[in-house]
Amino acid sequence: MLAVLTPAADAVSRIPLYVVAAYLVLLLILGTLVGRLFRGTSSDFFVAERSIGPVLLLMSVFGTTMTAFALVGSTGEAWERGAGVYGLMASASGIVHSLVFFLVGIKLWAIGKRHGFMTQVEYFRARYRSTRIGYLLFPILVVLVVPYLLIGILGAGVSLRGVTVGMFPETFPGQLNAVTGKLMFVGAVPPWLTGLVVCAVVLYYIFTGGLRSAAWANAFQTLVFMITGVVAFLLISNELGGLNAATDAVLQRSPQHLTRAGMGIGKLEFLSYMFVPLSVGMFPHLFQHWLTAKRASSFKLTTIAHPLFIGIVWVPCILIGIWAAGAGVIPPGNNPNALLPKMVDQYLHNPYLTGLLIAGILAAIMSSLDSQFVCLGTMFTRDIVVASLGKDRFTDRQLLSFGRGFIVAIVAVTYVISLFPPPKIFDLAVWCFSGFSGLFPLVLASVYWRRATKAGAYASILAAVATWGWFFWNGLVQPTLAGEVVHGEPLIGGMMPVAFVVAASAAAMVVVSLLTSPPPEEHVERFMVSTRDIG
Amino acid sequence: MTTKGKLAWGLVLLVAVLHFDFWWWDSTTIVFGFVPLTLAFQVGITIGAALAWALVMRYAWPRDVEEWAAAADDQAAADASGPFQSGGVR
Repeated sequence: MLAVLTPAADAVSRIPLYVVAAYLVLLLILGTLVGRLFRGTSSDFFVAERSIGPVLLLMSVFGTTMTAFALVGSTGEAWERGAGVYGLMASASGIVHSLVFFLVGIKLWAIGKRHGFMTQVEYFRARYRSTRIGYLLFPILVVLVVPYLLIGILGAGVSLRGVTVGMFPETFPGQLNAVTGKLMFVGAVPPWLTGLVVCAVVLYYIFTGGLRSAAWANAFQTLVFMITGVVAFLLISNELGGLNAATDAVLQRSPQHLTRAGMGIGKLEFLSYMFVPLSVGMFPHLFQHWLTAKRASSFKLTTIAHPLFIGIVWVPCILIGIWAAGAGVIPPGNNPNALLPKMVDQYLHNPYLTGLLIAGILAAIMSSLDSQFVCLGTMFTRDIVVASLGKDRFTDRQLLSFGRGFIVAIVAVTYVISLFPPPKIFDLAVWCFSGFSGLFPLVLASVYWRRATKAGAYASILAAVATWGWFFWNGLVQPTLAGEVVHGEPLIGGMMPVAFVVAASAAAMVVVSLLTSPPPEEHVERFMVSTRDIG
Repeated sequence: MTTKGKLAWGLVLLVAVLHFDFWWWDSTTIVFGFVPLTLAFQVGITIGAALAWALVMRYAWPRDVEEWAAAADDQAAADASGPFQSGGVR
């Protein structure tokens, strides 16, 4: 990529780009090394032969769960809504994510291992005795995942463009601002090129070793973005006169940033936000990571350390966000997502650190992208091709080829869509969390409630889709069509819409299941994990 | 479940309830010289959650889950090629 670019006319340092390039090369090397462990089977490609140990499971699950929002979004949110954002989003996730890992993840691992499942849809088809439920659930899951893929690719492009302005003015003349008539981002690496490179790198390492490569790459990338946040925190605080001085400035200039009352965080919003992290119970890519665990005990470290890891990533970013308010820093275009790069640029003036920050942002993005790509490839192969045409028609090598082929197709389609991003794509992604959370009663009932029926499962899915769709239409689509500016999810009576979506889905599951004939006891017994706790 | 297991789960519940720290919603107090009180408390919740989960892992771990997962299930092979596509070769 660098070799074909013509030189900069002025003295803009390209060091940040070289740091990012070095990081990507390291990923390629890691992918090549891990690829040597690949056993050539579809089971190894899709679920790493269920051989992942505790440390790698922790790192890969955390890297997959955290998106670029953990670094960039958290800083911007704290700048907009104050220090209370940590309690609203991070510590709530620390409690609920681990709860879901323990109560749902371990049981799904056991069921998946015992019955040989590799995807959520396979499991739900068997548990609820319905092939058609897969055809209903599959498009819903895909539609909810695709916006994540898009914002990952778009976010990578925007992040790198911001720090490469002026590097290659003759190669990249910039983009015309329709309002001012002036050129913007002159000489910057354009998002289409960054997106292409990011997709190629991710594609390379998941091709070499499937989900095992993704797990190792996630572990490496998790370390990178955790270190990035802490390093940025320490150096920025130093430039602001130390930890105490930085926070004192907030107290003097914008004390409301230290509170929740002053920044418009309501108590009902805080309460209902606890429903949002339930989404991890229905992320199809996380389901697949759970299945990679070698033993149930591999989950112990993940469950315990996940909250701490969230704290390590979020606390520095939250403090940087409120310090920016104290220092009167305004991000470019008043865009909160541009705050962290702005703080690094304004206070550190160090091209190596700028490069490290961008590498950290790319790490957070790619550690989610890779798992989502593998997951969608697995789902297409097993839930559509195999389910429609029959398992016995294909050899294992053919299944592997299907998986890889679908991954290439998904990457290509997503990349092309990213060149013409739909409006409000970033807001759309926020809504996807609520969508996954709305499906949580489906999985919870499947592992704990013997009385849950096929009709109840359908009712639960349809109730989630209907309520989510209603809120989505009225909260985002209609206001956007009317020309209004909306951010995030609107509150309903002070509460997050997700609370109502989950409640409707759960109520539908319970009521319809009780109104219909219970499933045969011997069938349900196969999915009720029989355990005794220590005692 | 043992008494210790119940206490471990009780601690998880306590941490979840304490997370809703409505009592200092508008506090501007700073602790340790640089951390807003609300943030410091929620960091404490994070650490408390990790501690509570460690105790659950120690005293309320589902002991037989791995044996259950490894047990033979004759129906699985039938499902793998049947209408529900439970899939996978064991």
